[in-house]
Amino acid sequence: MHELGVVFAMIDTLEEVAHENGIAHISKVTLDLGEVSGVVASYLLDCWRWAADKRDWLEGATLEVCEVEATSVCNACGRTYATVEHGRQCPRCGSEDTELLCGREFQIRDVTVY
Amino acid sequence: MENVRVIEVKENVFASNIRNADELRARMRGEGCLLINLMSSPGSGKTTLLSATIDALKDEMGIGVIEADVDSAVDAKTIQMHGARAVQVHTGGMCHLDAGMCDQGLAELDTTGLDLVFIENVGNLICPAEFDTGAARKVMILSVPEGHDKPLKYPLIFEVSDLVLISKCDVAPYFDFDMEQLRKNVADRRRSSQILPLSAKTGEGMDAWLQWLRDEVAAWKQA
Repeated sequence: MHELGVVFAMIDTLEEVAHENGIAHISKVTLDLGEVSGVVASYLLDCWRWAADKRDWLEGATLEVCEVEATSVCNACGRTYATVEHGRQCPRCGSEDTELLCGREFQIRDVTVY
Repeated sequence: MENVRVIEVKENVFASNIRNADELRARMRGEGCLLINLMSSPGSGKTTLLSATIDALKDEMGIGVIEADVDSAVDAKTIQMHGARAVQVHTGGMCHLDAGMCDQGLAELDTTGLDLVFIENVGNLICPAEFDTGAARKVMILSVPEGHDKPLKYPLIFEVSDLVLISKCDVAPYFDFDMEQLRKNVADRRRSSQILPLSAKTGEGMDAWLQWLRDEVAAWKQA
């Protein structure tokens, strides 16, 4: 049930956004979700539907998930590569001295009000 | 599509919880009370370790414990028997404690006169790692029977923990637990992590853990 806890945390943050902007009802939320964030988009969407519809100010609101591909850089040879496919080891030179550049994103990009 | 308004947010999904956690940390700083978030799998020996820790330190400092579980109050009762103030927080089916729940637990506990409060988080290596409770330090327990490969399987919890306690070291001869490999696996996740092997049952390694706590409490009060 990891995604349900995450959805509740997200709704708390959205409630603050709605309050600060004087929004009575949110129609759509756009989310950036990194490939290695540890959150599964399909589970997140299921939990979102259930939790959002329990609240008047979020009822029927759609959640659009924009997945961000995970990319790492090798500190030894300077190449970038796809993290999920190759893990921590650089596919070019074999070094394990690598860093994640992106893919951990878990950010509310924007909210839309009709 | 008239009157469509798009509000750019660009905020972390956990922003609300992080703000609550920061407020709680600042308040605890003012009180001079160190809050430690203790995380592990179910059955790693959190309650046993806390009981032994309370026995050893209760004459030196005021200690409180927030027990977080999905249900029951068995852990809080055990801790109270060892002479520490304890409250049980039910997470209502949730797999972790967040800053708001922790704040409620602290209010119930009453931190007056306390120098050190442990949050015994829900036994789980995934969700507790994701949620900031407002604790000043994060400590995780990995018990020997769980194996040295856990940092590979559950990276986040090893990335966020300041200290990794290897519990149940007394049973190491019966398991294929490779301590050197464990040290490498933990360092790959977070280079600054400290590792302390111990056994609450035999007392092995407990001195180093107790001293770590004394030093952290003193540093927190000074800052």
